[in-house]
Amino acid sequence: MTQVNHLIEIHGLKKTYQSGDTRVDAIKQMDFFIDDQEFITIMGQSGSGKSTLLSIMGALNHPTKGKVLVDSLDLYSLSGEQRADFRSEYIGFIFQSFQLIPYLTVLENVKLPMAVTGQKKKVKNQMALEVIDRVGLGAKANRLPDQLSGGEQERVAVARAIVNKPPIILADEPTGNLDSKTAGDIMQLLQSLNNDGHTIIVVTHNSDMASYAKRSIKVQDGECFDSFK
Amino acid sequence: MKLHNISFGNIKRRKGKMLFLVLGLVIGISTVVTLLSITETMTKNIEERLNQFGANIVMVPKSDNLSLNYGGIDVGGVNYRVREFDQEKLSDIRTIKNNKNLSIIAPKILGPVTINDKIVLLMGVLFEQELALKTWWHKAGGTFPEKEDEVMLGSQAATLLGFKAGDIIFLSGSPFKVTTILKPTGASEDDAIIASLGASQKLLGKQGKLSMVEISAFCQGCPITEITLQIAEKFPDAKVTAMKQAVMSKMQSIDMFKSFSLGVSIIVILIGSLLVLVTMMGSVNERTREIGIFRAIGFRRGHVMQIILLEAMLLGIIGGILGFCIGNLIAYSIIPFVIKDGVFAGINANLGIVSILMAVALSLLASLYPAFKASNMDPSEALRAL
Repeated sequence: MTQVNHLIEIHGLKKTYQSGDTRVDAIKQMDFFIDDQEFITIMGQSGSGKSTLLSIMGALNHPTKGKVLVDSLDLYSLSGEQRADFRSEYIGFIFQSFQLIPYLTVLENVKLPMAVTGQKKKVKNQMALEVIDRVGLGAKANRLPDQLSGGEQERVAVARAIVNKPPIILADEPTGNLDSKTAGDIMQLLQSLNNDGHTIIVVTHNSDMASYAKRSIKVQDGECFDSFK
Repeated sequence: MKLHNISFGNIKRRKGKMLFLVLGLVIGISTVVTLLSITETMTKNIEERLNQFGANIVMVPKSDNLSLNYGGIDVGGVNYRVREFDQEKLSDIRTIKNNKNLSIIAPKILGPVTINDKIVLLMGVLFEQELALKTWWHKAGGTFPEKEDEVMLGSQAATLLGFKAGDIIFLSGSPFKVTTILKPTGASEDDAIIASLGASQKLLGKQGKLSMVEISAFCQGCPITEITLQIAEKFPDAKVTAMKQAVMSKMQSIDMFKSFSLGVSIIVILIGSLLVLVTMMGSVNERTREIGIFRAIGFRRGHVMQIILLEAMLLGIIGGILGFCIGNLIAYSIIPFVIKDGVFAGINANLGIVSILMAVALSLLASLYPAFKASNMDPSEALRAL
């Protein structure tokens, strides 16, 4: 019998936040896996623990208990700096409300993850312009974020997430601030990135967005329920 | 995209806050520069005044006897045999290590001459050096002697001998024209006939000999005692004495002002640093979201620190340059009011470099904690602010 290696494995995950005497179990118990090149939505109500789960998978938030393996690498056995390197190499984040740096142009925002990589300036420029073209903003590369519409800013966020060609893209409510048409466009863009080989994990509370994914994981009260399509 | 692009961008975006931070540095640096410029001008001013006071090193032949003279009153009644130096050795003074600090060297020959049955002190000098040294010598009409056969008389000697400017006096049979009478100085020259060195040596029969040498040496920070020792080394037969009191008392007041300036500078710089610290802390707190994004996309702690410290360094350079310029401008404007006859000593390039380095160091030091705090921000906590 051959052992299947999944891209992401979550084992016995638990996360408790403590503030004074108050304890909140954001994640009570979770065990699941995600394979390479999957497109997954993590669905759940506000406060269900889905964003906490995303940040733990993104090597940003130490779990109280359990393991997160990515490519068989136990993320939380790594040092803080090693996890930073891991994020740079493996993860592309798309945050809620775009989270672009307001004083940097579209091109500079997209090049931001490359500020800590070793490529030459020319290569960085070329890679950034390629992904900006890919998200359809080639003509607006030198604009500042506040000169763009919400949909365009989200596209810049997507371009920034994929510029280092990470295998995994984690998106936290990427369509939360967009109208339904623009939200659909963004999900289609994520779909095309998935077709190109990226593993996409989207956290959303919008059930319509789940239709774009290959699989959905429902999170409720800190526990997950896998639902295959 | 490099880390410095982020630092530049943030400075441009938060102009108001950064201006406030630079202001803190400018206040600190300009205060230091102003106080240092005033101190430097003050020192130069005193140096010039001290030079006007005359000699501060006196070289006389060594003697085995003790002095029986105090305050111009001689109680010995005994004439010691006066020893002399060789004039040809005088140029050796200029070979000492601190020779650049030697301003005026005024050699003299002293001896008695008889006029109208009265014994008078003849003082042979090099007029050019002597007049440069004794700026308090003022003539009562006539001109200062310039030729070998011209002399001037001290006020007391002129009165007692009954001579006035224009008269001819005979010294050992040779005629000399009295070109002027000195106004009273309260010193030994009041009783003397002052003639040229060469003529006096001839009259006294001491050709090529010197009785004493007065030296004017002063410089900022150069130890007068050391110069004295260097001269004494060259002239083992001479007793070289530093008249330190005047210099020391003046230097003491400068030292006191320097200590005061240092105290004020430290306080102002501490306040400036506090301003930098508070502004940087505010800036870091405002940028929690941004720092969270940096950390999430793979920036290491060191990268975040680099961004903050790079900003601090750039602002330090700007603050240092501005502080230096403004400090000089203030010093230039206020020196005439705070120092009588004071003239701004000029722009000191070394002080400029030190100012910039100091501003950068201060800015970096004050930003160290905010940078450390930013770099240690838990990315998940920072992102929760999103």
